[in-house]
Amino acid sequence: MYIIFLMIAISVTVAAAFLGAFLWAVRSGQYDDDYTPSVRMLFDNEVAPTGKGKDANKPQGA
Amino acid sequence: MEAALQTNIQTCYHCGDACVDEVIVAHDKAFCCAGCKTVYELLEENNLCTYYNLEQNPGISGKAQASDARFAYLDDAGVEAQLVNFKNDDICKLTFYVPQMHCSSCIWLLENLFKLNSGISESTVNFLRKEISLTYFHQKTTLREVVTLLARLGYEPEITLADTDGKKVKKQSHTIIYKLGIAGFCFGNVMLMAFPDYLAVADDLQRTFGSFFGYLSLILSIPVLFYSARGFYTSAWEGLKQRFVNIDFPIALGLTALFFVSLYEITTGTGPGYYDSFTGLVFFMLIGKYFQQRTYDSLSFDRDYTSYFPVSVTVLKDGEETSMAVRNLKIGDRIRIRNQELVPADAILLRGTAMIDYSFVTGESEPEEKVAGEIIYAGGRQVGESIEVEVVKEVSQGYLTQLWNDSAFSKEEKHSSVATYANKAGQWFVIVTVIVAIGTLWYWVPRDTDMAMRAFTSVLIIACPCALSLATPFVHGHTMCVFGRNKFYLKNTSVVESLAKIDTVVFDKTGTLTEPSAAEVTYTGKALTAEQERSILSVLRHSTHPLSQRISENLKEAPLNVEHFQEFAGKGLRGEVNGHLIRVGSAAYLGVPSDKTTDTLKTTVYVSWNGMLLGYYTFYNVYRDGLKSILHDLGDKKIAVLSGDNNHEEARLRELLGPEAELVFNQSPVQKLESIQAFQAMHHKVLMVGDGLNDAGALKQSDAGIALTNSVTNFSPSCDAILDATAFDKLSKFLAFSKKTMSLILATFAVSLVYNVIGLTLAVQGLFSPIASAILMPISSLSVIVFATLSVKFAAKRAGL
Repeated sequence: MYIIFLMIAISVTVAAAFLGAFLWAVRSGQYDDDYTPSVRMLFDNEVAPTGKGKDANKPQGA
Repeated sequence: MEAALQTNIQTCYHCGDACVDEVIVAHDKAFCCAGCKTVYELLEENNLCTYYNLEQNPGISGKAQASDARFAYLDDAGVEAQLVNFKNDDICKLTFYVPQMHCSSCIWLLENLFKLNSGISESTVNFLRKEISLTYFHQKTTLREVVTLLARLGYEPEITLADTDGKKVKKQSHTIIYKLGIAGFCFGNVMLMAFPDYLAVADDLQRTFGSFFGYLSLILSIPVLFYSARGFYTSAWEGLKQRFVNIDFPIALGLTALFFVSLYEITTGTGPGYYDSFTGLVFFMLIGKYFQQRTYDSLSFDRDYTSYFPVSVTVLKDGEETSMAVRNLKIGDRIRIRNQELVPADAILLRGTAMIDYSFVTGESEPEEKVAGEIIYAGGRQVGESIEVEVVKEVSQGYLTQLWNDSAFSKEEKHSSVATYANKAGQWFVIVTVIVAIGTLWYWVPRDTDMAMRAFTSVLIIACPCALSLATPFVHGHTMCVFGRNKFYLKNTSVVESLAKIDTVVFDKTGTLTEPSAAEVTYTGKALTAEQERSILSVLRHSTHPLSQRISENLKEAPLNVEHFQEFAGKGLRGEVNGHLIRVGSAAYLGVPSDKTTDTLKTTVYVSWNGMLLGYYTFYNVYRDGLKSILHDLGDKKIAVLSGDNNHEEARLRELLGPEAELVFNQSPVQKLESIQAFQAMHHKVLMVGDGLNDAGALKQSDAGIALTNSVTNFSPSCDAILDATAFDKLSKFLAFSKKTMSLILATFAVSLVYNVIGLTLAVQGLFSPIASAILMPISSLSVIVFATLSVKFAAKRAGL
């Protein structure tokens, strides 16, 4: 039964790691804007049909 | 696109406007103006046509393109330093407010700016705040180039005097989220360890590990007490310092009792403690606090005149136009003000016809005409041709600025939370708790000292009115959401309570009761033939005078050819149509004897046909839709109108508002403020609805100030709430609903009281145990949250909001 000490120690550590991750995410501003990223993630797959033969998929970091 | 080309009225490929005046066809596409075409070509050249594929006609009309020279002030190192957030040897970072962005195409284009200017390394959009954060290499490009590019694309950033004040917008605080996260973490883990307690079968486990679990819970609860729950203690202490018991006092008392009783039980090994309840309570109450603190990030409720003023102005030096920061304007500088530009400082008119629109500053509905030599006060907007003025007072000394710096206008937050429902309930709670706790002691001490201590601490624990403290934030928070969906944006949740107590509603006239852009034009005099009317309107079409434009808006057919058109500043105009001489203008211009001019307060424009006086046009205000029904619904409240305009509309207003309404005209901003104070001195709770700078003082002074605006992202004076003009007809509903929420809060209080009574009954008998607490406390919190949420939703549905 004394395994419980170890298991609780592990569970609390894992939970604390998640808490740390959460606090980091808040601090780095990931919760500041919850709309734009949802639009932005759709852009990369866009292929410009009116591109008149020019390459529409220039490397970009948007 | 082909389909659009075939239809009769073509829409612009870029901005989607109908191409009324001209159609420019280029690259198989129709454009409404050269500006739109230029933007299209720029994007096409740089392979950015995805812009047009993401949304239909996403562009911003390029009709109002102004010269790029106006950004010259951005080359000034001082201005740049005030605008940028960060600068090192290579890069510059800054954030602009771009109110024009409206769709996903905008996001896409603004984030691909680097393709148009290689000096820009990164641009990130925050769509909800309508902000763009830019990083650029200042060796490769300049701030001015970046801004010019944005402006050329139609996304001109709004750079106002406030931005250069060094008052950077405060970053939103994350403290409440940190507190919530830590409380949630501790709550979950303490729960885990308290769980064996709840089950009788785990007795064995409890005996072996009880003290280990207890101490671990204690450790986990310490950050909750000292960090997460700190707000309750400081708030209670603040209240006590002002000799006043608020809702947080019994909460702090309960939490303290809970923590130290558990500490005692664990260290003496007499019981498992209440740490699960303790952390849970803090967690739930923080959710309530979080709900209460939410606000509309993208809206600004605290703007002052500096965010209304431009940053730069065109200065004439030795006959040359240069751009200069408004802050550096000196007495004697000559500046040029173009159509729709703002006069930044008190100045003397030197050249041109000034038609100054003061409606935003003073509330006068018609633009004021000024001739050379007259003083123009800062804050007015020039309508018509460009004028030249000489500055006579520095910006900081101007009439408007002085007004703003008036101490009455810069009052500190006036609402203390003293009188809120929750605090009143809190006071009663403390009294009842103390009586019950003493009663319990008095009953138990002669019988069983051990039991007495137990019962006494239980009463204190149960007295923690957490459910009570959740009621108000949740009801108000949901109400704020309901209002937000209806385009009525509150500064914070406490405004709901202020709105509920209103018994006097004060309106501004110009721009609030009236539609600012519209005026009703009526013609009085000899009946006009269709040909005459068409000719007159055709002549007026040639004038840039705002009154002429308002009349000529009624021209439905194609304009007739006008010859020998001449305009006399400040007097009127003349023109010939098919050989008929038409003269339009003031009474003096047409030689109308002064005894015939009916009402000097009304704005009238006289018309003559071949030298014969026909009649005159009169302008009336157009009142907003739904005004009648609002006024009807507000029947139980006192209504007043404070107008900065003259009283030519008094009769019409009187008819609308009824005989009891108070109508005051020719009010200066300070007088408006004093009127509100006078109402408050009579113990009225005043709601002020206004739109302009002239209402700013009154909006601040009133118990609740609502700024009405046609576009919520535009400038509005500081206020408690912003109401979109399209939702004006719902104003009375909002007030009624706010009142309704007060009864909802009372109902929620009743629900939470039921739990407290159950808890107290157990507590005085000494039966309140950790397990009873673990069941009762979360259930009471959750049921209060659910009840508050559902009741507001239901009530909103019934009220039609």
